[in-house]
Amino acid sequence: MDVLLNNLDLFGPFFLTTIELFALAAVGSLVFGTILAMLRVSPVPVFRAIGTAYVTIVRNTPLTLVFAFFVFAYPLLNIVKVSYFTAAVVSLTVYTSAFICEVVRSGINTVPVGQAEAGRALGLNFGQILGQVVLPQALRSVVPPMISTLIALLKNSTIAGGFSVSEAGAIRSYISERGDNQMVALLWVALGFIILVSVLSFVQRSLEKRWSVAR
Amino acid sequence: MRIRTLAVGLLAGSLLLTACGKEGTPASPGGDASGANTAALPTYTVAQNVDLAGSPVFTKIKSAGSITIGVKDDQPGLGFKDPTTGKFGGFDIEIARMVAAGLGFGEDKIKYTTVDSAAREQAISNGQVDLYVGTYTITDKRKALVSFAGPYFQAGQGLLVRADDNSITGPQTLKGKKVCSVTGSTPIQRVRDQGLTEPGNIVEFQKYSQCIDKLQSKDVDAVTTDDAILKGYAAQDNTMKVVGEPFSKEPYGIGLNKNDKVLRDKIDDLLQASLDDGTWQKIYNATLGKSGSTATKPTIVKY
Repeated sequence: MDVLLNNLDLFGPFFLTTIELFALAAVGSLVFGTILAMLRVSPVPVFRAIGTAYVTIVRNTPLTLVFAFFVFAYPLLNIVKVSYFTAAVVSLTVYTSAFICEVVRSGINTVPVGQAEAGRALGLNFGQILGQVVLPQALRSVVPPMISTLIALLKNSTIAGGFSVSEAGAIRSYISERGDNQMVALLWVALGFIILVSVLSFVQRSLEKRWSVAR
Repeated sequence: MRIRTLAVGLLAGSLLLTACGKEGTPASPGGDASGANTAALPTYTVAQNVDLAGSPVFTKIKSAGSITIGVKDDQPGLGFKDPTTGKFGGFDIEIARMVAAGLGFGEDKIKYTTVDSAAREQAISNGQVDLYVGTYTITDKRKALVSFAGPYFQAGQGLLVRADDNSITGPQTLKGKKVCSVTGSTPIQRVRDQGLTEPGNIVEFQKYSQCIDKLQSKDVDAVTTDDAILKGYAAQDNTMKVVGEPFSKEPYGIGLNKNDKVLRDKIDDLLQASLDDGTWQKIYNATLGKSGSTATKPTIVKY
């Protein structure tokens, strides 16, 4: 308990930063991941190729490498200066989008082909079929894997601690220099993550209940 | 097929780009990559029939036949691993060699293990390393977790800036400047606590070499940590310089198991002997002394 109370000035703001990182990257990757999934199922071959290439490259690249790129290589290109926090949000979004894309695509695959054909018969174009018929059903059926991906994102955010973002993953280094027992500190950090993940699990359960599709 | 080639090209390109940002340390002329003058280094006589009754760690290393020493591998002049030969060199490494020889273990019986700052206490108390020699500042709080022999060096917090930058002369001139150090390290916590620069200008990475990269690419204006570490970098690359007086006291000790007073006393004796017979001075001159600055001999504190 001492380790937590002595260092509340670390745990509070650092976990807050973790939550901010998570929230921004989650919104970003849900939007971008869904767009990628739309690219991957689009009838235009070039779009499909772009989507596939993105997923193949990013999903096969370790997250630390993505971080290292945005923090050390990107600034050398002299395009737009970004803060380390922004770089972390971008890295996490770029990385998680590839996984969200595949989750959404698997959801799209659960929607029977007949529905798209029926939509076409009614005169809907590709965008309307996807946006009004297929995607709403697809998203409903992929709640559990989607939340799993977001939980992974939450935990992956600790990598930002090594790239100049003061978040929960950096707490241990601080405690070690302050001389408190870092194993105890790690247990508190773990507890913090259990609480955050419980919230996400709760969201998952209530969404599943509300969105369950009768087949 | 074209797409696949494109994808491979992009992947290779991004890997190359990230590689650019990695720690690349040019070898300094007139010495090995650690910045040490190998020819001027002293040699150590390996002690025979050392017996430390009542020392659990010594009993363990004696029966293992080799000693495991925790070190740093990315601090030129102090603890540095030459990427081409895989050999360790520097002031801390020489101290480690000297102590190991005094305990009866020659160079071939030493196993160096790289341990980062944040993992030191755990590595020592878990027994993953028998000794730790790597810019390890003795503090009262740490003494509750591990023991310290020494100090074998007296360092203090300093500032490293680009050689052509005259706007930073000491801690009071840091306002509005970007300052970099290792995540959560004491120097950066001091900068934050004393408000030497704005919180938004504090940059933290996992390794000093990453801060050095950022200093050279002008993304940060100063790197702060113990002057010994900074002198090592400055000695190796003359585009950077150490400025101002040290503004803290960082006595470096050899970390070892908390419950081993016998071994600690033995190492204290070995350090004292090296200070008395000039070995310590020789080690300093051949390593950190190459930066041109002198060092005062530390006073061993037995406890």
